[in-house]
Amino acid sequence: MAEIQIKGVAKRFGAFTALHQIDLTIADQEFMVLLGASGCGKTTLLRIIAGLETPSDGEVWIGGRRVDHLPPRERGIAMVFQNYAVFPHLTVYENIAFGLRMQKKPQPEVDQRVKRTAELMHIEQLLQRYSGQLSGGQRQRVAVARALAMEPDVILMDEPLSNLDALLRLEMRAELKGVLAHSRTTAIYVTHDQVEAMSLADRIAVMHQGRIVQAASPVEVYRNPAARFVGSFIGNPPMNFLPAKKSGEEQFIVAGSTLKGPKASGDIEFAIRPEDMDVGPGGIPATVRVVEPLGAHTLITTDVDGKIFRVVLDSNAEAKTGDRLSLVPRADRIRWFDPQSTSAIQ
Amino acid sequence: MRSTKALPYLLLAPATIFLVVFFLYPFVLVAIDAFTKGGAVTLDNFRTMTSNWKFSETLRNTMLLAAVVVPIQLAMALSMATIVSKLSMGRSAILYIFAIPLGLSDLAAGLIWLTIFEQSGFLNSWLVSLGLIDKPIMFLGYQNKWVIFTAVVLGEVWRATAIMMVILVAGMGLIPKEYYEAAEVFGAPPWKRFTKITLPLLRPSLQTALILRVILAFEVFAVVAALSGTQFPVLMGETYHWQFTLQDRGVAAAFAMLILAISIAFTLLLLYLLRVPREARL
Repeated sequence: MAEIQIKGVAKRFGAFTALHQIDLTIADQEFMVLLGASGCGKTTLLRIIAGLETPSDGEVWIGGRRVDHLPPRERGIAMVFQNYAVFPHLTVYENIAFGLRMQKKPQPEVDQRVKRTAELMHIEQLLQRYSGQLSGGQRQRVAVARALAMEPDVILMDEPLSNLDALLRLEMRAELKGVLAHSRTTAIYVTHDQVEAMSLADRIAVMHQGRIVQAASPVEVYRNPAARFVGSFIGNPPMNFLPAKKSGEEQFIVAGSTLKGPKASGDIEFAIRPEDMDVGPGGIPATVRVVEPLGAHTLITTDVDGKIFRVVLDSNAEAKTGDRLSLVPRADRIRWFDPQSTSAIQ
Repeated sequence: MRSTKALPYLLLAPATIFLVVFFLYPFVLVAIDAFTKGGAVTLDNFRTMTSNWKFSETLRNTMLLAAVVVPIQLAMALSMATIVSKLSMGRSAILYIFAIPLGLSDLAAGLIWLTIFEQSGFLNSWLVSLGLIDKPIMFLGYQNKWVIFTAVVLGEVWRATAIMMVILVAGMGLIPKEYYEAAEVFGAPPWKRFTKITLPLLRPSLQTALILRVILAFEVFAVVAALSGTQFPVLMGETYHWQFTLQDRGVAAAFAMLILAISIAFTLLLLYLLRVPREARL
């Protein structure tokens, strides 16, 4: 049982504030992904949970125990590093056994646990090799096996797949998800890759400039972004935004067409995902700029009032550069944002 | 194409020729001196060397000195290098300060320690002025062999620890920080991180530092000469003694050959003991 609680954690490096007052609770056995662009503080937060970095403020609790003053080895965690950190002077076997040897586990238990995790990660035939004789993907497997062998309460992963090629990443992603679900540990996974985040997470914490902007399930984060940043960061292509001019009570003019909106005192911002529009009469007038057939569907980049506006249509939709389209947003998929605070308006 | 292939060799040629002329050639001459007498090939010089009454003491002194000095220096250099590597500020300043003794000749180093230990030296004047002793003690007399030995050890440690430390600091800088973090997360306390990560990954630098230091330890001469005169004979001192005092080039050459043989033997031993398999390199 290891619930993780982060209470008011802040980190300052001199005059620079890397993390502002982070509050986050991660449930036992939950798979939490910290997602954000580089420099958003996600790795710093992970390192604070691991104990490799000390917070300037706040508390970290793991399994009901306050741990922010404890060294990493007393926190019941294991970690997978971005560059694997597989020890070059030890065999794969001794790498996986490293943590168990530090805990002075008896040899039969070490042997059994090393063999079991090696089997789980499909590296049982590599046990006598050295890191220098392994490919990047194999090293990654060793790093994961080393963490799993500890049977930790919490497993922390710092962009573990970022050094693998695309195909291998896809394969490892699915495998990691299966293995971790089976191991019943709480997992925190740092990545800048939104697809990785969406596919792995029970919950995603989207980070931006040292703050958690939204922490919710992948579908919630995708469908109901809590802030403009989340909508523009998640989704490929990202959300479209257009200014919405207040024209009456709950009435807004967006690119010439009038839409029903939320209660607001002034002008706000209209947002829609590219796949949430259909071609039909009375919609937003758009001029086609680029047509990209992607097989399953077609991505069309258009121009609405001089702004880039993307739409994903069925692949049998016919459009070519210069065409005028009328795009009708699906009413239940429209989102509104406050241009000042950038947060969503319900 | 042909000229570019030859270029590196041409560039290396002057240095190679210099070494052959001024190192290899004299070396061959010394070897000939050692193994001949009056034009005939013989082991007489080696017999003279080993049958001399001082020989076994000389060999023992040299070995003992190396056996005491090198481990002390290794331990000190490792701890100093560990501390220096962890510094975020003033690191180069401290490295420069530690390296000052390296800039002195070994004779000057010996003389510095002589001014401390001799009868009218610093140590005696302090002890007298503090009232701990009534009159100066003759520390470096022939009846105080262990004091002479200790003084030589101190002088050598003071003089040549920094060279090992500099090599080890450079080696520690090559070990990625992530390995230490991984070791820390997986339960290794500081001492274990040192023995399980630093030491094994530092083997190549340890090898270089130890070979350099061990060879220098067998060549110890000036510090011993300054502090003990002839009270504490060592191999290099005897070589000098036979060459210039006894005017016997053959025996002096035999001593030189012996020092060379010991140095090579220890170098090979260190190369073997601290080898790193190709696949286990950093």
